[in-house]
Amino acid sequence: MRQEAALLREARDSAELTNAVGLHARPSVKLTQLAKGFGARIEVSTSADGPWTDAKSLVKIMRIKAVQGETLFVRAHGADAVMAVNAVTDLIRRNFGED
Amino acid sequence: MERRLEGLSASPGIAVGMIQPLLLAEGQPRKDAPACEEREALHAAIARVKADLTRLSGRLSGIEAGILGFQIALLEDPELVHHAETRIADGLPADQAWIEGMAREILHYRDAPDLHFRARADDLADLRDAVLQALRAEPGPPLALKAGGILAAEDLTPSLFLRMDWQQGSGIVLGGGSMASHVAILARARGIPMVVGVGKVWADLSGPVLVDGDAGIVVAAPSAVRLAQAKASPVPAATVDDGSGPTLTRDGHRITVELNVAALSDLDGLSPELCDGIGLVRTEFLIEHALYDEDAQFEAYAQLLHWAEGRPVTLRTIDAGGDKPLAGYSIEGERHPFLGLRGLRLSLARPDVFSIQLRAILRAAALGPVRLLLPMVTAPAEVAAARAHVAEVAAALAGEGTRFVVPPIGMMLEVPAAAMAPGQFAVDFYSIGTNDLAQFACAAARDDLHVSTLADPRHPGLLAMIEHAIREAQALRRPLSLCGDAATDRATLEALLAIGIESVSVAPVFLPRLRSDIRQIDCGMRDRP
Repeated sequence: MRQEAALLREARDSAELTNAVGLHARPSVKLTQLAKGFGARIEVSTSADGPWTDAKSLVKIMRIKAVQGETLFVRAHGADAVMAVNAVTDLIRRNFGED
Repeated sequence: MERRLEGLSASPGIAVGMIQPLLLAEGQPRKDAPACEEREALHAAIARVKADLTRLSGRLSGIEAGILGFQIALLEDPELVHHAETRIADGLPADQAWIEGMAREILHYRDAPDLHFRARADDLADLRDAVLQALRAEPGPPLALKAGGILAAEDLTPSLFLRMDWQQGSGIVLGGGSMASHVAILARARGIPMVVGVGKVWADLSGPVLVDGDAGIVVAAPSAVRLAQAKASPVPAATVDDGSGPTLTRDGHRITVELNVAALSDLDGLSPELCDGIGLVRTEFLIEHALYDEDAQFEAYAQLLHWAEGRPVTLRTIDAGGDKPLAGYSIEGERHPFLGLRGLRLSLARPDVFSIQLRAILRAAALGPVRLLLPMVTAPAEVAAARAHVAEVAAALAGEGTRFVVPPIGMMLEVPAAAMAPGQFAVDFYSIGTNDLAQFACAAARDDLHVSTLADPRHPGLLAMIEHAIREAQALRRPLSLCGDAATDRATLEALLAIGIESVSVAPVFLPRLRSDIRQIDCGMRDRP
């Protein structure tokens, strides 16, 4: 599903939330801080077809209230879209570094 | 000209500094103003709160810093003010618009099915109030204390205390308050001299004052002679190293000396060599912002174990209620909070929170010698119920393959009926809480200045009760220690050692004095087993 072409301006991927508390305070702060480091517009959703939420807004991310076991879909538009999606899904797969 | 105010000593030491009154004006609702001005005022208020929190978080670590980091990140998100801005454009004053916007966000969380998300409502309410105060009050952070300033107020809450910027040399004068309040405990832990109960005159204080936390007096406009005396007298510093090694009485009896801890920072600069372990962790303060965050709790306990370098760490489960309300957890508006739903009673009524804490404690016990202490126990059935929760949590952890150890389980002896029958309880050790035991045995509320001196730790009836508990514990070969403030008074300590207390636990600030007191006391003729 992952698209590898380096110059693609659009990318998407998904990862399961396996950390105990889901998209809770600290994981959400880490996610938004990571997202803000990219120029691309990055959005997440708990469903493959949206609704999509701005991954750079902590308030909006917290509103999703995603819990353990849910799948987080990530999509990005922009020059660094592929890098952004890889970085975000990697963070989710690493349990937000909380282990 | 000197003026002397009589009060009660709540935290020892002497501080000299300029008075800074704490005026927590609620602030007036804002008047209507052009929308552009209101918008600007809201953004300025948010910037002030953010700067305030950023400064505060720089000095904290672990859980405390993590919580503030989350709040700061929320303030940085333009989405947080989006609704308020819309309402300001509609013509609402900034404060009303902000309240409305935040109410929507808070509601999102209050109704969440997941506990972790529900708990976030408190963070948002905290932010709402901080920004509201910045919007309505005069500019300038009200909670910053100038270096060496003396805070004067009618009363102080634990949460306000924790938000204050305490500097070396600071002191506290309260018009009301109590020497046994939790602010007093926090002040003692940080080594900040505090005098309480000086009465309404606190509001008239200005200029330089001397706070004598040893004698329980405040001197306004102190003379040069008095200031010179104050400088000459030794300041009780928790970090004074009086030599490590065991603490023996003058006639050679080994007394176990442990620490009462409310926050990791209480141990800053202190060597574990000076004590035999941590006799009491007040987890209601340590993890008050992480009731639903098992990992954060585990991390906090792990840090205490790390500090203790193999010495035992006694984790008392959340002792909220009474005079320690915990927002969103303890019951509000009880008629007799000291006699109400508090301590273990509250934990058993809130198994969700209790199980999270037990999980964190059992996991931490795999890292080092943990003791699990249950507060405010009245009936044997309560211990049985708590043990059932521990067994359930242990089974769950085993099922997940998570590392854990079931630690020794002990109980506080602070309810007179329990103190008279400790053998009836299925526990591994006891800890006498003199603050509560004294107030219940003497029927004198410790937060009521009119009667609190009646709760005398040397009342013969109270000492007889403690001695009875000691004898029963000895017969059962179960360890017993004492973790109240009583041991910090030389004469009381002497009385307690005389009836057979062999282990005491005090706030770090009292440690050097306690060790030197013990070394000067003779246990005398008494035979020890």
